[in-house]
Amino acid sequence: MTWLTPNESEALCLSLVVATRSVAFSLPVAIALAWLLTRRRFFGHTLLDALVHLPLVLPPVVVGYLLLVVFGSRGLLGGWLARAFGIQLVFTRNGAALATAVMSFPLMVRAMRISLENVDRGLEDAARILGARALDRFATITLPLMLPGILAGAITAFSAALGEFGAVITFVSNIPGETRTLPLALYTALQSPGGDQAAARLAGLSLALGLGGLWVSEWFSRRVRRLLGR
Amino acid sequence: MLSVAAIKQRGSFRLDAAFELPTPGVVALFGRSGCGKSTLIDIIAGLLEPDAGRVALDETVLLDTQRGLDLPPERRGVGYVFQDARLFPHLRVAGNLRYAQKRASAAAYVDFDTVVSLLDLAALMDRRVHGLSGGERQRVALGRALLSQPRLLLLDEPLAALDRARREEVLPYLETLRDRLAIPMVYVTHNFDEVLRLATHIVLMQAGAVIAQGGIGEMSLDPHLRALIGPDEVGAIVEGVVLGLDAAGNLTRLQVGRGEIHVPARGLVVGTKLRVQLLARDIIVSTRVPLHLSVRNSLAGVVTSIQSDEADSDLITLDVGSPLLARITKAATRELGLEPGMPAWALVKSVSLRGHSFSAPT
Repeated sequence: MTWLTPNESEALCLSLVVATRSVAFSLPVAIALAWLLTRRRFFGHTLLDALVHLPLVLPPVVVGYLLLVVFGSRGLLGGWLARAFGIQLVFTRNGAALATAVMSFPLMVRAMRISLENVDRGLEDAARILGARALDRFATITLPLMLPGILAGAITAFSAALGEFGAVITFVSNIPGETRTLPLALYTALQSPGGDQAAARLAGLSLALGLGGLWVSEWFSRRVRRLLGR
Repeated sequence: MLSVAAIKQRGSFRLDAAFELPTPGVVALFGRSGCGKSTLIDIIAGLLEPDAGRVALDETVLLDTQRGLDLPPERRGVGYVFQDARLFPHLRVAGNLRYAQKRASAAAYVDFDTVVSLLDLAALMDRRVHGLSGGERQRVALGRALLSQPRLLLLDEPLAALDRARREEVLPYLETLRDRLAIPMVYVTHNFDEVLRLATHIVLMQAGAVIAQGGIGEMSLDPHLRALIGPDEVGAIVEGVVLGLDAAGNLTRLQVGRGEIHVPARGLVVGTKLRVQLLARDIIVSTRVPLHLSVRNSLAGVVTSIQSDEADSDLITLDVGSPLLARITKAATRELGLEPGMPAWALVKSVSLRGHSFSAPT
């Protein structure tokens, strides 16, 4: 990528790595939660639903702060993760991925729930009578039919992860090559004297990424719709 | 023997129904919309849990609330054809069929190729399901249900979403399945034509209860059924044995009761059975030996009952070796002086039987 400066390509690659890991983390959890919230009624349903949507209404700084409280080196889980598995999240790209995952989680779950609500329960009944047990039914009928929502959710979450700023900088700081993703690099450029041009280039890069993401998303959803005959 | 009994309260609607079907056979659950027939079939399938009930097929008990036994649908070994087919949209026709085949738990009594040829599915195999016509969809749905090797096939108004022409296109396939596979079927419908073509037994339902049940011949005389299907459809359903062609070779001679009728059909094997619906409004009653008439069919018998039907007509039951219904005006009853026990002849034009004779269940 000769038309990008080393700093820019570093930030771009890091952003893509963080967003990919973020989606990979959250996808299975989001599918499970979407299913639970759509198909099951249980004690605490409303609370869980609110919890999932919390990052939408909280300032990202607060989310970053809460992550520090829980996953910081002296946090409730952070200390245990470090001792038991040697996993450190603060100041690492995995931490950045976690922060973006939490922030984009509501969008992902939302997209999947809408798509799951549109899955015809009658088809699951039909599969059931043909002898398909619960897990089999989920894997062969429910999951393929909610694919449009899964894809839409994943792509939206990926794009949101590329742009997440507040939660990332609060939780994992702004370390070049480790946690300085595109928006953080853009912010850094704006803060440094004579960084206007660098900032403009980074902004352009973000714009191109965003448009690319939208185009890919559209292309995917059209293909999937055709596959499902809608 | 399939035996079903179920009680289910749903809001203000209460289902309390029971019936039995000798197997193999096709029982039509017949009644107006909302009478509970779909609820009952869902209970048989296991998709709906009754408040109390028992479902047993031969020696196998599928549900017995008293003993706390309730097999889930995936273990009941039943097939279900839904009104809306419910084909899996992300799979092609072949994929839909294989889905069932792979999950069949019982030993296969009908293999893939047989199902494909019985239902003429070969040309559809690579098609996507949303490109299929309504009739094609139901054929695929039937094939898919059969490939799960069910011991019992449930059909919930499978033809209701189709227009008349498509219905005619699918009905022969259902007749073939009935006669070739001898699989017991429970067929929900509110269309009497389908009952006439397919059923061996009728269970009449009204407001959640069974009001009458029995073999189709006996049920065709039932006053509850008459009330449900309307005066123009009323008529005895009789079974006849093919004797051969008439002298001119245009009509098929059929042994019915002690007599013989000629029906507009050809190419039937001698000895096979035909089901004929003799509409009450098409039957003429005579108290003398009929002569010099164009009518091809006259059956000698005895008047067994006279019931007032509509304001101006009576419904006469004649025993000609099997019971027949004839609707005649009250004036005619009076002039002929009809009384139970009197000898009488039932006359029916062969041309009026066109479209009223069907292959009988074998």
